[in-house]
Amino acid sequence: MKLHPGIRLRSAVSEAEIIVIRAPGDEVDLRCGGVPMIPHDQLATPGPGDGHDLLIGKRYSDASGDLEVLVTKAGTGQLTLGGQALTIKAAKALPSSD
Amino acid sequence: MNIVTFLEMAASADPGRVALGTGTTYADLLAATSRLAGQWAGAPPAVAYAAVGTPALPVALFAAAWTGRPFVPVSYRLADEPLRALLGGQAPAVLLAEGRPAEVAATVDGLQIIAPDEALAATGQAPEPVQDPDLPCVLLHTSGTTAAPKVAVLRHRHLTSYVLGSVDFLSAGPDEATLISVPPYHIAGIAGLLTALYAGRRIVQLPNFEAAEWVRLAREQRITHAMVVPTMLARIVAVLEEAGGGLPYLRHLSYGGGRMPAPVIEQALRLLPHVGFVNAYGLTETSSSIAVLGPEDHRQALTSGDPAIRRRLGSVGRPLPTVEIVVRDSDGKEAERGELWVRGPQVSGEYAHGALTDADGWFRTRDGGWIDEDGYVFVEGRLDDVIVRGGENLSPGEIEDALISHPDVAEAAVYGIPDDQWGEAVAAAVVLRPGAAPGAEDLRSWVGERLRSSRVPAHIVFRDALPRNDLGKLLRQQLKGMI
Repeated sequence: MKLHPGIRLRSAVSEAEIIVIRAPGDEVDLRCGGVPMIPHDQLATPGPGDGHDLLIGKRYSDASGDLEVLVTKAGTGQLTLGGQALTIKAAKALPSSD
Repeated sequence: MNIVTFLEMAASADPGRVALGTGTTYADLLAATSRLAGQWAGAPPAVAYAAVGTPALPVALFAAAWTGRPFVPVSYRLADEPLRALLGGQAPAVLLAEGRPAEVAATVDGLQIIAPDEALAATGQAPEPVQDPDLPCVLLHTSGTTAAPKVAVLRHRHLTSYVLGSVDFLSAGPDEATLISVPPYHIAGIAGLLTALYAGRRIVQLPNFEAAEWVRLAREQRITHAMVVPTMLARIVAVLEEAGGGLPYLRHLSYGGGRMPAPVIEQALRLLPHVGFVNAYGLTETSSSIAVLGPEDHRQALTSGDPAIRRRLGSVGRPLPTVEIVVRDSDGKEAERGELWVRGPQVSGEYAHGALTDADGWFRTRDGGWIDEDGYVFVEGRLDDVIVRGGENLSPGEIEDALISHPDVAEAAVYGIPDDQWGEAVAAAVVLRPGAAPGAEDLRSWVGERLRSSRVPAHIVFRDALPRNDLGKLLRQQLKGMI
């Protein structure tokens, strides 16, 4: 699939939903729980889960940083891009400034 | 993404949490937003807002975003003529206003006027929110202290980058509450709404800042977090000094939007020892803060014996991890002292008439400054305010600080005036404390004991007040014409 910032996707196997914040320009294979992610207006078929929790408000990115997604609804399933697991972006410790 | 996604996320993760005031939950806020957005099918292509900060503000902001319309907060304090001109520049638009601003707006073609309360009572049904991160989200008029105001364009990607880069989702404790008293047409009034909402911190609005009311509300509402501009902090400090009582619930006070006089922040630190102070530096064009001096930095600077650490109280801290700041000379080459240039996903640098970022994404702040070896950024003020005296560049802030440190001086503003011998000479407008009567010569020797002789004001005028805009920003250019 081809991604662009703002596109919303859901897991095909759990309740999880994401929104794409940054996307590489080319075709990618983005999966959740080993199954390609689907447009967010399609229905998921919840499975038993793979033990990976996706927490709402967490951001995930690939090693290059070209892809970044935000979890907008919690669910299960590891996020992978081309077979490589996405990793959580470390939380920052910034004081509130406004 | 769209800023409305933040509201949808919070409403789905914790619908019953209080978002606003004493009882408006995230679910309520999302429902009200959706109803208003649903009413705007076929409405004009922008949403202007010329009212104080009430619950209608977040609802209108998010409803505009929902439907892909830019939200344009304008100053309801403007006199009739400038307000009419400014609204005319935004038409055709929906306008939320009541009272005098609504009457003025009624004489402008192309405005569909609704009262803020009417917006809260909308009954529409909205389709899915528009998802295009490139759409303009908020249009803000810059302060315009050195030139005519410009309209800065902040797109959804700028504001969402700022929020995601500076706060964690629902990270606030259930007892946290923030007091927003900066007006909606200031970037901190918008950014503060978004970051508090995403953090899950209850928002309390004070529509018109007044120091005693701010203190009363902070105590009554058990406010833990707040942001103020320097003139607000000075007045709050005065109220606390006179009436006592402190601010027992406050944990975190950030300040920005102008140069903070050293005596004010030092007094605030003494009066509120349990509060973590944050100095935030940012511009309208950068979607709020780009550098932050945190509570630990403040404490270290106050207690350290090392002058390099002590002077950091006068810095704006270090850039956010998502932002780069460099210093360049007037030719654009990296320099030790010069203009601050900034780059990052939250930096718009774009105006209604065109983008001002360069090919590499850098935006020139027009602020002079320098960065110490540990990365602390020092802002010396607007480059337009720099006084060039005999080839030497003098920044007004340093001379103002010296003047304000005199026990008889309440306020001071320093600016350059044409001078046959030096090109420019240093002039100062000084407001004395009640009952004080030092002469110009006393003040000159006071400055001369603290700074090099080139910085001693050649001209000093005493005034009852300094010209400021409605947010307390000094209008230095007005003073130039007065001496």
